[in-house]
Amino acid sequence: MEIAGTATLITGASRGLGEALALELGRQGARLVLVSRSRPALEPVLQRIRAAGGIAHALEADLGSKDDIYPLSGAATALVGPIDLLIHNASDLGPTPLRLLLDTECEDFERVLAVNLLGPFRLSRVIAGSMALRQRGTIVHLSSDASVNAYSHWGAYAVSKAALDHLSRIWATELGERGVRSFSVDPGEMDTQMHAAALPDADPKTLARPENVAAQIAALIRASATANGGRFQVSSPGAEA
Amino acid sequence: MSPASAPRSRQEPERLLVIDPAADRFADYQIADLPEFLAPGDALVLNDAATLPASLRASAELELRLMSEQDDGTWLSLCLGHGDYRLPTEERSAPSVLAVGAELCFGHGLAARVRAVDPISARLVYIEFQQRGDALWQALYRAASPIQYAYLRAPLALWDVQNSYAARPWAVELPSAGKPLRFETLFRMAARGVTLAQLTHAAGLSSTGEAALDARLPLAERYELSDETAARLRRIQAQGGRIIAVGTSVTRALEAASMSGTLRGGARRTDLLLGPGSSLRTCTGLISGLHEPGTSHFALLEAYAPRALLNHSFRHAERQGYLQHEFGDSCLILKGALDPRPRSRERQQGGLVGDRLQSS
Repeated sequence: MEIAGTATLITGASRGLGEALALELGRQGARLVLVSRSRPALEPVLQRIRAAGGIAHALEADLGSKDDIYPLSGAATALVGPIDLLIHNASDLGPTPLRLLLDTECEDFERVLAVNLLGPFRLSRVIAGSMALRQRGTIVHLSSDASVNAYSHWGAYAVSKAALDHLSRIWATELGERGVRSFSVDPGEMDTQMHAAALPDADPKTLARPENVAAQIAALIRASATANGGRFQVSSPGAEA
Repeated sequence: MSPASAPRSRQEPERLLVIDPAADRFADYQIADLPEFLAPGDALVLNDAATLPASLRASAELELRLMSEQDDGTWLSLCLGHGDYRLPTEERSAPSVLAVGAELCFGHGLAARVRAVDPISARLVYIEFQQRGDALWQALYRAASPIQYAYLRAPLALWDVQNSYAARPWAVELPSAGKPLRFETLFRMAARGVTLAQLTHAAGLSSTGEAALDARLPLAERYELSDETAARLRRIQAQGGRIIAVGTSVTRALEAASMSGTLRGGARRTDLLLGPGSSLRTCTGLISGLHEPGTSHFALLEAYAPRALLNHSFRHAERQGYLQHEFGDSCLILKGALDPRPRSRERQQGGLVGDRLQSS
């Protein structure tokens, strides 16, 4: 998919990989709607994109809340037109330090599923119908290697990401014939605030830079060879990549 | 005919009254039967406007309903006085007249100023929001609610008033003809070679509460048809395919876009009124709700079928318990729809529902 001029919505865009994706896609000419729970947190990202001549708008929404979904999609399409590129990047780890399942409160588990799984379902549900009608659209789901490996302590988050991967595949199966592509990406371990919250002892030097990962995800979005329904791992995660 | 008093549950079968003006007949079906009536090479055109929360409260005595965004960014808005949606709009008290320059605050940081009052009715004002861009849209979605209807049991949420394929929030009331269409049905038609196409039409208010104003409805409404879609539809016409409009708003947009004789893409406004005797240049058939005689919507149906047939079939629908209004049942008006010579194999297996409903 051509990125220049494409109406794009990125959730969780105020920091980490979401911020890096916003800057990368903004540089490539996407017309962006950036989403976060807090507008002030989005301001610095907006300013950087606009200063570089990019087009970006900021909207506040809690992806875990059904009532926030139509206000988000309505405001976003009013600002940039029907969304052609939807990037589900926002994630909730649940309480940190991460806990064993037996120590996980039911409400915390539900909240993680609400943000990481139900939010992407609901948002795709209200945006992908127009994509299917127009026969144009790409949906990207940010996954994790915790979705395929049963790490201790990562329960709620890992379960949500495993389900998100499968959600992505089913969108691909159901919408592929209508020209809508869906895939998921495991970005690897990155030097982000979220990674520090989950694994505070990790050495940042061993972690990938979000901007490098963002450039590789942008390449997956552009490439027509990117398989519909695929799950991709970003390569060369070293800090020097 | 009784109104549907709540959004329909997905379990409830929604009915489709098929009206064939060529055969002067009608028959009862269900909305899921729709693909039987379209053939490969036909097109179904949908209005992909999402529904804006268009009702704003400035005070207990003043509700504003956004009607349409103007090219200069102001919004033509209707003022309603004391009372809420439980009172039919025509019974709402007249609002106090707003002066040019008056400031209106709607909560959640949303504010506007009155820029002009319409010369024809002081209920119509042009307002300019003080916010712009993302701040405006964020505040508007927080402060406003969907327009409500007196015949509904409970207030509508934003989720209730959207078609599942909607995108830009241009409509101030639900373009309801598309509401019963599920993707299951749409994809089944597409798989059989029916083209699904879309345009965006800013469907306006259905009622203002003032008879003189209602008589002027619909006001000019904007629409956008892409050049690409216009070209696809022209090819379909050239190859003898039929173009089925989903809703009166799609009919108005397509017919306005073909006033020159050829269907042309573009973004324009239209105040085109269609009715008995109008010749349709583009639309072959219509999917619509069951509208009451005397309304502009009913008049538009008369461009597709004679009044006598409409009256006769709607009286039948009433007896059969069809529901009307935003969440009601549907009709398909299409010449040849009930022709016994089938256009497709499915039709042969179908049969008339007059029987089907009675036997189930």
